[in-house]
Amino acid sequence: MTRLDLTRSPRALALLRSRWPQFLLRAITLAGFIFTILAGLMGSVVGSHNFAIIFVWIAWWTALKLAFIPFGGRSWCSICPIPMPGEWLQNGGILQPRGSMGIGLGKRWPKVLRGTWIQAGGFLLIGLFGALTLTSAKITAIVLLFILVLALALSLVFERRSFCNYLCPIGGFSGLYAQAGPVELRVKDTDICAAHIEKTCYTACPWGQYPLALKSSANCGLCMECLRVCPSENIAVNLRPWGSDLGPKTKHRIDEAFLGLVMLASALVDSAIFLGPWGQLKSAAYNIGSPDWFLFAGAFLITALGILPGLYVGATWAANRFGSTNASLRKSLAHYSQVLVPLGLMVWIAFTISFAFVKFGYVLPVVTDPLGWGWNLLGLTKSAGVGETTSFSLVLQVAMLTVGLFWSSRVALRISETIRQAAPLIAFSSLFTMAMLWLLVG
Amino acid sequence: MPMESLPYKTTPTNWKRWAWVIPYAGLALLILFIPLPLPFHAPQDRLLRIEASSFQFTPGEIQINPGDRVTIELVSTDVVHGFSLDAYGFELKADPGQTATGTFIADQAGVFRFRCSVACGNLHPFMIGKLQIGPNLLFFRGIALGLLAISAALISVRNVSRGTT
Repeated sequence: MTRLDLTRSPRALALLRSRWPQFLLRAITLAGFIFTILAGLMGSVVGSHNFAIIFVWIAWWTALKLAFIPFGGRSWCSICPIPMPGEWLQNGGILQPRGSMGIGLGKRWPKVLRGTWIQAGGFLLIGLFGALTLTSAKITAIVLLFILVLALALSLVFERRSFCNYLCPIGGFSGLYAQAGPVELRVKDTDICAAHIEKTCYTACPWGQYPLALKSSANCGLCMECLRVCPSENIAVNLRPWGSDLGPKTKHRIDEAFLGLVMLASALVDSAIFLGPWGQLKSAAYNIGSPDWFLFAGAFLITALGILPGLYVGATWAANRFGSTNASLRKSLAHYSQVLVPLGLMVWIAFTISFAFVKFGYVLPVVTDPLGWGWNLLGLTKSAGVGETTSFSLVLQVAMLTVGLFWSSRVALRISETIRQAAPLIAFSSLFTMAMLWLLVG
Repeated sequence: MPMESLPYKTTPTNWKRWAWVIPYAGLALLILFIPLPLPFHAPQDRLLRIEASSFQFTPGEIQINPGDRVTIELVSTDVVHGFSLDAYGFELKADPGQTATGTFIADQAGVFRFRCSVACGNLHPFMIGKLQIGPNLLFFRGIALGLLAISAALISVRNVSRGTT
């Protein structure tokens, strides 16, 4: 398949090789991150008047799903501020490459905790406590502060970006859907890498990846460190067709299937809570610790860990029966997890259009009055309108769901031997798409 | 050994492979936008009493017919709540224990959200109800598009495996 290697352009290569542009962007995001924590702790308790709520859950969360991932894969990870302080300590300097003398025990992450299981668990927690976190600036700030401290503490104990690799729920989210994204980092010539004894790229990689072995963009955070240290200029940053990591020959793990299913369940439950007309459900999700909340938590966990996985296992089992190879169910669950990637990505985009387009009016007022203290720093309008769903956004949501069903069906067909074998997975995707269609425009 | 070709300038794409996209896109647009006849119901006067309390409207889901003359009685049972109907520009505001009344003609068909328009607590941005006026054509159009999507996926993969690219 055709790729467009950005490093062939001298300007793009210079931008990617220099640590400064990335550092400046990360410094801005770190400043924004710290300001968000302060705004959450000190600003208005009214969520819609607080920078922390609006910027994290409306502006950034929307940008991640509508821009960073679909057009840049894990590009957000390349400018994410969360691992910065820990990395500075590990590297012994702000612009130092990895491998320099720094602080930290440098232990390896335990094998038993590897994979995306904990990230999926983190996403489940976001779902369980989301109604409170999304509406309380203080809780949002505490969660962000906790994440920052946790990432810092882990970087002092474990090597590289252990927090990003194994714990960060957003890392799990971005990594999963980056497989469908149009950006990849790969080596240009495998022979050059094979002959290179020092493997400086692996030493420098904060993600613990060896570029020669990279087959998927799920675990590459696009930090460009390998490109900077490669003595042979053998690293390519390719623009590629969407969905290039999904196909009959790509390898996938069973934890990806679990992560994909948790993401689907979260989209379903978030749509019901935040966009649905069921007030009792909203109150139940919000009143943490109440009997209603336990009912909600039970229903959510049954959906995420029982119903959806059950349907997926059923579809995979049927697909297995219709195939000629005697692959184990476990292998097939991992193989067919690819179907969940475009389905989930487009479902989240449709949800975001529904959620954020209505609420985007809140952004300008918190820019001019970030703490909700009555300031008018930029002389802009201070009150947000109610917001409304337009017919355009409804049509756009339907279009996104349709694209998701087309894409996941196409993946199911490409990775199956026959149409018959793909049919159960297509049925699973259709059922899920219809459920989302009903929640978003029904 | 060099990996797959990584040219700075892409090679020309064989557009024949994607020829099916044009009729399918046309069909998709037709499904989305073709005007469909609505079942006729004689317009009625409707009086809808809606209770607004912490983060919910009761009833939260309402169905009426296009052309109905609708009078909303908004009753707030706790704090000040508002009622804003998407696409209609219809708004009410009710003080605690008070009733606010307003009337509008349901001259647009579809499903419309109504929302609380007065900040009433943490979940205020999500205090939403649903008013369905006539059949929900967009939902049915969505189902038809889903079927089209599956058929498009079949066509696209068949074209690839035939080697017509």
